[in-house]
Amino acid sequence: MASEIIPRGWRGIWLRIQPWVAVFDGPFMLFFLGIAFLSTITLYSAGNDFDGRFAGHIRNLSIAVLIMWLVAHIPPVMIHRVAVPLFVVGLLLLLAVALFGDVSKGARRWLNIGITRIQPSELMKIAMPMMLAWLVHRVEGLRSIQHWFMAVLLLMVPTAFILAQPDLGTAILVFSAGLFVLFFAGLPWRLVLVALGIAVIGVLLLIVFGDVACADGVNWPGLREYQRQRVCTLLDPMRDPLGKGFHIIQSIIAVGSGGIFGKGWMQGTQTHLEFIPERTTDFLFAAYSEEFGLLGNLLLLSLYAGLILRGLWIAIGAPTLFSRLLAGAISLTIFNYAFVNMGMVTGVLPVVGVPLPWMSYGGTAMVTLGFGAGILMSIARTRSQTVQGFVLQRSS
Amino acid sequence: MTEFRANDSKDFRLRASFVAALVLIAFSLLLLRFAYLQIWRYYDFHALSEENRVALLPVQAPRGEIFDRHGNIIARNGSAFALEIEPHKVPQLEETLQFLATLIKIDELDLRRFRRLKSELRRFDTIPLRPTLNDAEVARIVVHLHRLPGVSVNVRSMRYYPYGDSSSHLLGHIGRISKRDRERIEQSDLASSYFGTSHIGKLGLEQAYEEQLRGRTGFDRMEITAGGRMVRSLARRLPVPGQNLRLSIDGELQRTIEQAYGKRRGALVALVPATGEILAFVSMPNFNPALFIDGIDSTTWDALNNSPDKPLLNRPLRGTYPPGSTYKPFMALAALESGTRKPEDTISDPGFFMFGNHKFRDSKPEGNGIVDLRKSIVVSSDTYYYIVARDMGVDMIHQYVEPWGFGQRTGVDLIGEVNGILPSSKWKMERFKQPWHPGENMSIGIGQGYNSFSMLQMAVATAGLANRGVIMKPKLVKAIEDPNTGDIIKTEPELMRKVEVSDKHLDLVIDAMVEVNKSGTGARVFAGAPYRVAGKTGTAQVISIGQNEKYNAARVAERHRDHSLYMAFAPAEQPEVAVALIVENGGFGAAAAAPIARLVFDHVLLKKGAARGQ
Repeated sequence: MASEIIPRGWRGIWLRIQPWVAVFDGPFMLFFLGIAFLSTITLYSAGNDFDGRFAGHIRNLSIAVLIMWLVAHIPPVMIHRVAVPLFVVGLLLLLAVALFGDVSKGARRWLNIGITRIQPSELMKIAMPMMLAWLVHRVEGLRSIQHWFMAVLLLMVPTAFILAQPDLGTAILVFSAGLFVLFFAGLPWRLVLVALGIAVIGVLLLIVFGDVACADGVNWPGLREYQRQRVCTLLDPMRDPLGKGFHIIQSIIAVGSGGIFGKGWMQGTQTHLEFIPERTTDFLFAAYSEEFGLLGNLLLLSLYAGLILRGLWIAIGAPTLFSRLLAGAISLTIFNYAFVNMGMVTGVLPVVGVPLPWMSYGGTAMVTLGFGAGILMSIARTRSQTVQGFVLQRSS
Repeated sequence: MTEFRANDSKDFRLRASFVAALVLIAFSLLLLRFAYLQIWRYYDFHALSEENRVALLPVQAPRGEIFDRHGNIIARNGSAFALEIEPHKVPQLEETLQFLATLIKIDELDLRRFRRLKSELRRFDTIPLRPTLNDAEVARIVVHLHRLPGVSVNVRSMRYYPYGDSSSHLLGHIGRISKRDRERIEQSDLASSYFGTSHIGKLGLEQAYEEQLRGRTGFDRMEITAGGRMVRSLARRLPVPGQNLRLSIDGELQRTIEQAYGKRRGALVALVPATGEILAFVSMPNFNPALFIDGIDSTTWDALNNSPDKPLLNRPLRGTYPPGSTYKPFMALAALESGTRKPEDTISDPGFFMFGNHKFRDSKPEGNGIVDLRKSIVVSSDTYYYIVARDMGVDMIHQYVEPWGFGQRTGVDLIGEVNGILPSSKWKMERFKQPWHPGENMSIGIGQGYNSFSMLQMAVATAGLANRGVIMKPKLVKAIEDPNTGDIIKTEPELMRKVEVSDKHLDLVIDAMVEVNKSGTGARVFAGAPYRVAGKTGTAQVISIGQNEKYNAARVAERHRDHSLYMAFAPAEQPEVAVALIVENGGFGAAAAAPIARLVFDHVLLKKGAARGQ
C-alpha cells in the first residue's frame, strides 16, 4: 500500500506534492514566492478601494505560476525550435498593429483579434531574446560582420515598430532584452565600456544642462514631446507640481514618508488617500515602500537580487549556447524591469510604463514574466539533469 | 576585435559575473536612493504626507450680536440662501451669467458688484452673485445646477441690521476682508482667527469691537483624498461664538432723533453725565450698512462718497465745527476761574466791539445794554465775550478751557476719532508758522475762529459741566456678554479728568444756563417742560460776513447758512442726561437744534418717568 511506503505527516504531504513541483527550481521559487507574498499583501492594501482587484491579482499570480509550471515542463530543445516561428508571428502582429491597431491613450498598441485585445509588443519581450539566442547558436557565435549585421537588424526592426506606436517603455525593454543576448554572445568589452561611459556622461550632461534642454520649445531629436516632458519632469518635478510633476512628487512623498520602518500595512496615507496614481500597477512600489519602509525595500531588493543572481547562475550552468544566452537575457530582463520601475517610482528614472515584476497588478506582464521564468526553470532542469549525468538533450 | 569566444564557458562566466556585479551595484544605488528619501529626507516627506491627507475645514463662529440698552437687537445674524460662483470652475462665465439672468432677476447692481469682487478677490475665492435668494429663486436655480459647474446655492450666515439706516455710523458694518485687512491680519498673527472667514468689521462698533464680536473659528480636521473627497473627521474644535455687545444706546431714542433731523444734516451725542454712558449717537444723513456687506458696487459708492451731504462721514466722531455761542458757558467759567472777570463786572454792549479799526458785530445789532456775566449767557452777548477774550488772550483761554476736553480725543470706544482744534499761539506757530495776532482773540471768545470741536467733545464737556467738573469717559458699550456661559462683563464707568472749578462759579453759570431756557434764547422751545434744563444755544458762522454787510439767511445759499447748535443737560439740579448737537446750516441755534434736544430730554426723562409710574 502506498500509505505504508509514504510516511504520514508533513513529510508525507511533501512527498506527495514533490513530483508535481519538482519541475520548479527550488531557490528561484523561494525568491519568487517571497515576492509573490509581498505583492499579495501590498496589493490587498493598495487595491482596497478597487472592487475585485485583489482577487484579480491572486488570479494573475496563479496564472503566472501555472504558466511557469507548464513552460518549465517544455524541454529547452522545444523552446529552441519555436524561437523563429514565435519571432515571425510577433513581427507580423506588430505589422498588423501598425496597420489596423486600436488607438488607446494616444498610442496604437492594441490589436483586436475578435475575442480579446492583445498587445503584440509584449510577446516580443520574450521572442526577441529567443530569436537572437537562436541566431547566435545557429552561427556558433557572431564571428563575422554579416552575423553582426543580421543580429542588429533583428534587434532594430521590432524595436522600431514598437517605438512608432509609440511605446518607449516596451521598446526599451525589448531592445535591451536583445542587447543582453548580444552582450553574452560576446559583444566586445570595449564597446560595452564605451556604451556605459556614454550613458554616464549623457546622464551627467542632462543633469547639468537640463534647464536649457527643458526650456519651452526645445526639440529633442528622436523623442516625442511627451517623452521629453517626462525626462524634464524627472529632472525637476516642481516644474509643474500639479500637472506633469504631480505623480512623481506624490510617489516620492509616499516613499520618503515611509521612513525606515514604514507606516505599517494598510496604514499608508498616500496610498489610501489616492495620492499615488496607478498605485496598484506601475506605482505599487510606492505603496509598498510607504507601508514597509526602508527595511521592506531592503527585503524586496534582496529577493530580486536573489532571483536575478539565481537566474545568472542557471545561465552559467546551461548546457547549450542557446539556453545559456536566453537564460542570461531573461535574468537581466527581470533586473531591467525591477530597476527601471523602482528607479521611476523614486524619481531617478523617467516615468515609463514598466511594471515591477510579479508585484504590480496586471495580467500581461505576469504572463510574459511567468513565461520567462518558466524558460529559466526549464533550462535549470536540463542543467541539473546534465550535472547528474542524465543528458537528455544536446543540440548540435 | 571580432574575436568570438561565445562558446567559451569562461568568457560567459566572466560576463555573467560582470553583470551580476552591475546588478548589485545598481541595486545598491537604488538602496542609497531609498535611504536618502526614507532617512535623510524623512521629516520633509513625512510632513508633506501629513499635509496631503489632512485638510482643515473652518467652521465659522457666529458673530456676536449687538443689543441696545433695552435689550432690542440692532445687529443680528441670520442665514440666507446665496447664489455664489467660483469663476475658475466656470468654463464660460458670460454665458453662465446670461443664463442665470433668465432664471432669476440679476440686475446691473449685482453684476457690477460681482465684477468688482472678481477683480479683487483671490483666484479660488467664491464670489456671491446674489447674496440673498428667496425660496422660489432657489428652486428655479437648483434644478439647473447640474449643468452649471462652479455655480452653487449655499446657505450662508448673514448680518442683519434690522433698523436699516438707523445708527449706521454707530454700528458700522461688516464687509469682505480686503487685501489690506489681510496683510494686517497676517502681521498681527491673527490669521487663525480669520481662517475661513470672509468678513471683518469695518467702521463703527463692528470695527472697534471686532476682537470681541468675531469669536474664534473652529475647524474640522478632515482626512481627504487628492481628489478632495472627505474620508472622515480626525479632530474638531468647536467654534467659539463671538461675544454680544450690550450698548448704552437707546435705539428708540436714536430713531426718534433721526426722524427729527429728517433730511437735515448734523450730529448729536447724548450721554449720562455721571457714568459717561452714551444714550444717543446720531450722524445724519445715514446710509444703509447692508449695502457694504458684500461689497458695494462702484456707482452706488460714488453716489454716497461724492454726495455733498457726506452721508458716509461719521459726524459726531469726525466732524468738527466751531461751537459758536455754546462755548460761552465754558468761556464764562474760564473768565471767572482765571480772575479775569468777577460775576458782578459789567460792560456796555452797544451791539458791536471795536478792536483797532475792526468792528466785531454782536448778533443783536441794537446791543444788549448793560451786561454782567449772568446776562452774558442768558442773552448770549457776543460783545461781552469779545472783551473777555481780548483781556484773556488765546493762551490763557486755552489753559482754562482745555481741561474740559476741547481739542482732544475723548477716547470713546470707536475708531477714527479726531482731535479737533483748540487754538493757542503755540498751535498756530506749529500749524501756520505764524505768530498769534491779538485781533484773532475776539472770535475765539465767541466760539468761532480756529475753534473746531466734534459734537462728542461738546457733549462730554457739557456732561462734565453737569457733573460739576467730573468728566467721565464716554462709552457706547455697557456690557459684553458671553453667549456660551452667559457671563456678562460690565464696562465700568471711567473717570477721565476732574476739572478744578469752584462751586460758586459753577452754580452761577449753571443758573444762567437754566435762565436761557426760561427767559432767554431757549425759552420758547422748552415752554411747558416739567423739568429744568440748563443749556445754551449756538449759531456758528459758515461764511464770514463782510465788514459792513448784514447776515441775511434768506439771501444766503442753504449750504452757507449758519450752523444751529445746542448744548444742555437736564434736570438742572440732578442731571441725568447731557446733550450736544448741531444741525448743519440750520440757522439760529434755538430754531433748529434746541427742539431736537427737547425730544431727547422728553424721551429720557418723561418716558422713563412714565415707565416708572406703571
